[in-house]
Order: sequence, then structure tokens, then C-alpha cells
Amino acid sequence: MSTDIEKFKAGSPMADTLRMDRMPHIWCPGCGIGSEVNSFAEAVKRSGIDPKKLVVVSGIGCTGRVAGYVNFDSMHTTHGRAIPVATGIKLANPELTVVVFSGEGDLAGIGGNHLIHAARRNMDLVVICNNNFTYGMTGGQVTPTTPGSAIASTTPYGNYEYPFSLPFLMDAAGATYIARWTSMHSRNVTQSIEEALLRKGFSFIEVISPCPTLYLRRNRLGDGVDQLQNYQDNSILKHGADTRETNIDFQGKIVVGKFVEKNKPTYLEAVDKCCVKLVGDDYQLYGKTIPEREAEEKAEKEKIAARRAAMQAEAEAQAEADAEPPKAGTKAAAKKAAVPKAAKKASAKKAAAPAKKASAKPVKKVAAKAPAKKAAPKAAVKAKAVAKAAPKKTRK
Amino acid sequence: MKTVAADPKGVDSGPHFMDGDHALAEGALAAGCRFFAGYPITPSTEAAERFAERAPEVGALFIQMEDELASIAALIGAAWAGQKCMTVTCGPGFSLMTENLGLACMTETPMVIANVQRGGPSTGLPTLTAQQDMMQARYGPHGDNMIIALCPDSPQECFDLTIEAFNLSEFYRVPVIILTDETVGHMHEKVVIPPADQIKVVPRNNYSGPKEDCRPYKFDSQGGHPMVRAGDGYNFHITGLTHNEKGYPVMTAGQNKIVVTHLMEKINGNADQIIRLDEDQIDGADVVVVSYGITSRIAVKAIQDARKEGIKVGSLRLITIWPFCEKRIREISAKVKAIVVPEINYGQMVLEVERNAGGRCKVISVNHCGGAVHDPQVILDAIRKAML
Repeated sequence: MSTDIEKFKAGSPMADTLRMDRMPHIWCPGCGIGSEVNSFAEAVKRSGIDPKKLVVVSGIGCTGRVAGYVNFDSMHTTHGRAIPVATGIKLANPELTVVVFSGEGDLAGIGGNHLIHAARRNMDLVVICNNNFTYGMTGGQVTPTTPGSAIASTTPYGNYEYPFSLPFLMDAAGATYIARWTSMHSRNVTQSIEEALLRKGFSFIEVISPCPTLYLRRNRLGDGVDQLQNYQDNSILKHGADTRETNIDFQGKIVVGKFVEKNKPTYLEAVDKCCVKLVGDDYQLYGKTIPEREAEEKAEKEKIAARRAAMQAEAEAQAEADAEPPKAGTKAAAKKAAVPKAAKKASAKKAAAPAKKASAKPVKKVAAKAPAKKAAPKAAVKAKAVAKAAPKKTRK
Repeated sequence: MKTVAADPKGVDSGPHFMDGDHALAEGALAAGCRFFAGYPITPSTEAAERFAERAPEVGALFIQMEDELASIAALIGAAWAGQKCMTVTCGPGFSLMTENLGLACMTETPMVIANVQRGGPSTGLPTLTAQQDMMQARYGPHGDNMIIALCPDSPQECFDLTIEAFNLSEFYRVPVIILTDETVGHMHEKVVIPPADQIKVVPRNNYSGPKEDCRPYKFDSQGGHPMVRAGDGYNFHITGLTHNEKGYPVMTAGQNKIVVTHLMEKINGNADQIIRLDEDQIDGADVVVVSYGITSRIAVKAIQDARKEGIKVGSLRLITIWPFCEKRIREISAKVKAIVVPEINYGQMVLEVERNAGGRCKVISVNHCGGAVHDPQVILDAIRKAML
């Protein structure tokens, strides 16, 4: 057993973004949190932001343990208080990118007040909310989002409360970026987190996710995979959807997509505007004038752009390399043929993902080349399939 | 404790006529506090207002949070992001803050919290004075933990002790609570703010060594350990769970003993260095009045009157409330007939005095519920009674 763990630790593509010295994690098989963390780690890599300047804050609960597994500055705080702690971090050092990763009970239940006020202030935070309709850590109690009639340990005869629709709540509170996906939409989750990391203002990303141990078992909904099937069957992709129409009924339709993306001054920008009017151009926050801070921000943005360009170039080169046929009889070809299927798939995925985001061209290129070459096409076709699969699934 | 001169930007040097609440804010700015998160509550609000007014010119940031739960949570975030930080409140707000006061103790996060006490329980007497939160400051959060608490008796001391509170907080990495009261908070007096170079402050000590040796904690029952600052590339982790020195959760009875012992002993074990007392004519006294905050100023009148009557009365004013001056009370109790403890509550610190006097002398509680300061005559009567 322990050797398996060691192998996993050594071979994980996320080894630099996760705290491998804390593995294995506590999440159950079939739980959605793991795939969300994977999406998050991937989004951080793809965003090009400096991981040293990233802080992850969690509250309490199963999702609250995320902070303990990500290899960034991380804080595991009290129940519901991740957002105000994150607010303190962001305001005390505006250079930092601050992510709150917690569950719906933590964020919308005990921490509901902080959630709406951070959204109201347009506090520059990324909030990732794992919504599994249950308090998992304490044994499966009803939460503010549990759909009507669902069984929970504290609603043993069925839930009779009206649940929150979190996108609607966030929209009303003033959030400037709101997206919802399910844990099946891992590529879209990655995409949304990446967008949120690179923008200013309050971003809220809800991820509907299965809790096989408590919610699914109590409601006789099968295991994690069965629930992913439900997500696939019942998700309705609707970018820009009216958030008033995003309620989720028990095993009902789930409207997913990016609902809101708009710009308005963040809390700190509003502070700056007010103070510069008062004090004049000499105004400093923590010893730095506004032009000084803007110059630093610009320099950081350029670094991010350079990192992203380098990653894209690398991905394109990789895609090219993957498309090349191995020369028969050489050692390299034998080696390539021996690469396990999973690894091939992973590399194809890696190549396809950034390429698809930048433009459709590189993918097409690969696809066009594919039929002519015999050895590589499998990977290339797979790359194309992966790139297309995600949006297709949501277009039910 | 290594100190440096205060940053002149936050020091409004010169004589002022200001109330205790304003002096708290000025003390914080002088001590290098550049982050304040608070929530309005009488009778502490003036401190928040003063900080909000001064923040833009000093380059500090003030935010009014949605409640006291969020205020203190924001301080924890700000402290780990590198800022010295403060909040002010009173009883009802402090009750809410006890949640994250526990997290601040557990994560050894420096911060200063002023509790401008008003009468309780519950909403109680919002605009009237009390000293009813003395035990709450010490025992408010669940679980074993230890804080430092200071008790100013004047606006001048509100200024001075706020700086001391920041210095202790930075050195011992512990929340320091300023237990003042409505009377001191709203009382206008002369406050002299010295020039910046005469104000000694303990600067934030951030870890700067190699990454592999970086530990957010050191469980050796001592102060002086560096913080780790977010954004410095150390990928630190902190948690409210029982943890090891790396900050990782280790939830065992054995580890809990290590952590709790450290949290308690880094304060209790250094009590002699921390505790400050103001003593007057204790040698040879028959009666000693132990008092603190505004009550000590009322006691002065009673002590003077008693001395006029020929009674040998000493005075012990507690500037540091927690850790409690156990040793000094034990010494005094062996030499005097009685200790008189006036306080504006149903009898809180008198319990500590009784415990440490251990029956060696009489301990007379002159308690007085919230809403007003004592009539000095009541304290004088107690001193006379002590001589019988």
C-alpha cells in the first residue's frame, strides 16, 4: 500500500502544486472535491500567475481541507470565516491573489453573511464553492442548498426548506463573475478558475459535486459515477443565463455556464479613488503610491503574459512532436510504442487544452495531419475528441 | 525584545486633548499598525472613527466589516500577510470575536483587540461603564489558551499601553487585549504623544531563511519566533487544528499536549517579563487596595482619606491583568492584614486575588455592578472594615 502511495506521489503531474507530504487525502472515493482541486491546480498552472503570490484559504468541512493539500501559502480557518480572512490577506497585501476554496455549508450557511458582503464590496477574491448539498464532515446534514425533498440526517423525512440558488444570491449581492459547473465539467471548471485568477473583482464559481458517502447513499442515488451520469443527462449549458432561473430541484435540471462577467471597481480601487481625491497624488497605501503600485501590477501582468506565451509555445511544440510518426526500427519508436495508454492520453490532453484556448488552429493542424500519418493519429484523434467532448456534453 | 524607533508617519507628536478611544487609535498608528478592521459598537466606535479618519494620510487601511466575527478574521488574514493590525469592540462584539480569538491564539497570530467595556450581560448598558469582561478576556475562547491583557486608567495610558500591547503581541505572537472601559474611553484628558524617535516599537519579524527550514511555529514555550509572511514563497500552512511545527494537522493527544503547553507557557512562563504593576507604599502597609482601570483612580481618593485617618494603606494597580500577578499577591498576602479589591463587576479579579492570597490575609471584595464608577466612600468603608 505504502509503495503505491510513493509511486503516486512521484508520478503525479500535480506534484509541484499539491502537498505530496500530506497524501493520501481524506476524501472518499467518488467525491467531487478531488477533481475540483485537480482543476484548480491545472488552472493555476495555465493561468501563468506566480504561485508564490497565491494564497488559498478554506473554512471547515470536507472542502475546508483543500487548503491543507495545495502547495501554496494556505490557511485552514474557522467555520464560515474563510472569506473575511481572505479579505484581510488581500487588503493587507494587494499584490497577492487570494482564493477561497470551501463548501456550501461553510460559505453559504455559517459564512453566508461574509459571502454576500464580499460580493457587495467587489472584493478581489476568487471563491470556489463545492456544492454537494450536504455537510459531509459531520455526517450528512441538510445545507442551505439541499434540494427540496432530499433526505439528510437532520431531515430524515425529506427536506422541507427552500434552498438557495447560489448564482442568484451572488448576482443579487453584486458578484462580478459567476459561473456554475458540475464536477463532471472538469475542463470548464479549470477554464472558469483560470479566468477568475486573471481578472479583478469578486469571482464566484460553484461546482455541483457528488457526496457518495452521505448524500447519494441516503437518497439511494448510487455512487459517484451514477451521479456524474445524472449531471451529464441533466446539465443545461446556458452562458449568460438569467440567474433567477438557476434553481436546482431534486435530481432535476442543472443550469450550468458562465452567467455573469462584468467589470466594476474593486474595493481597493474604490479606496484608492477616494483617498487620492483626499490626499492628492502623494497618497500611499503601505508606503506605495498608486502609480508605483500600478507599475508593479503592469510588470506582473507582463510576466504572466510571458509565462502564458511560453506555455503555449511549448504546447504547440508538443502537439507537433506528438503528430510526428515514429521512425520504424529505432529505439525511440519502440520506447514510444511502449508508453502506457494513460500517459499518452495525458500528454494529448495537455497539448490539446492550451491550444484550444488560444485558437482552434493548432488542434485543426493536428487533426489534419493525423490521417496521413499512421503511428501518431491515435493520440491526435484523442486530443481532438477531448477538446470537443466537454462542450458537447453540456449542450444537452 | 528588539525595538526600533516608530515610523514618524503614524505619530502625531505633541500635546493633545483627546478621549481614550481616540488615544487607542493614535497608539496603534504610532506602533506601526496599518490595518484596522472593525464594526461599530458603543462605547468603542470613536477609536474606529479616528483610525478611519487618519488612515489615508498615514497610508493605512481601514475597513468596516459586516460584523465582529469578520473583523477579527480579517485581522488574522492581514497579520499573516505582513501587517500589524487592530480592532476595537466591547462586550457583545467581544463575545463574537472569541471564536477567532481562539484561532488567533492557536495560530499564534499577533494582533491587538481593545475592549472598551460597557455594562452587561447581553446588550446591557450600552453607554455606561463596567469592568465585567475581565474573565471573558481570559477564558472567552473554548479550550485552553492564554492571552495578554492590559488595563489603562487614562487616555494617556490608552496611548502608551496600545504601543506596549503591539510590542508584546509581536514578540510573543499572541493576541493582546486592552481592557479599558466606557469611562476611560469617553473621558477627555491631556495626552502627550512623544516624538517618533522616542517611541520604541517591536517591528514585525518575518522569517527569511531557507525554505526547507521554514516552520511557522516553534513549540519551546518562548516568544521571539518569526512569522512567515504570505507571498514570500515559503508555501506555509496554518490551521486551527492541533498541528506540528510545520503547521500540518497532527490530531493526537500527545501533540495536543505539546501545543497547549507551549501556548500556555510562552505567556505564563514569561509572566515576570510581561507583568507591569504600579505600586505605592506597600511596604509596611496593613491594607493593600488592588485595583485596575478607572476604579484605581477612584480608589486613590479612598486611600488618601484612609491615610489621613492613620491607616497604613498601600496600593497595587494592575496594569497587566493577564497573566495575573500571582507571585506578587502571594508576597503581599503574607505581610498585610487585608487586601481590598474594588471593581465594577460582581467580583471577578477578586477571585484571582483570593486564590493567590490562599487564606494568608483577609480579601474584601468591593464589587459594584455596571453603570457607574464607585463612590470612594464605599472603598474607604471597606478599608476601615479591613482594620477591624
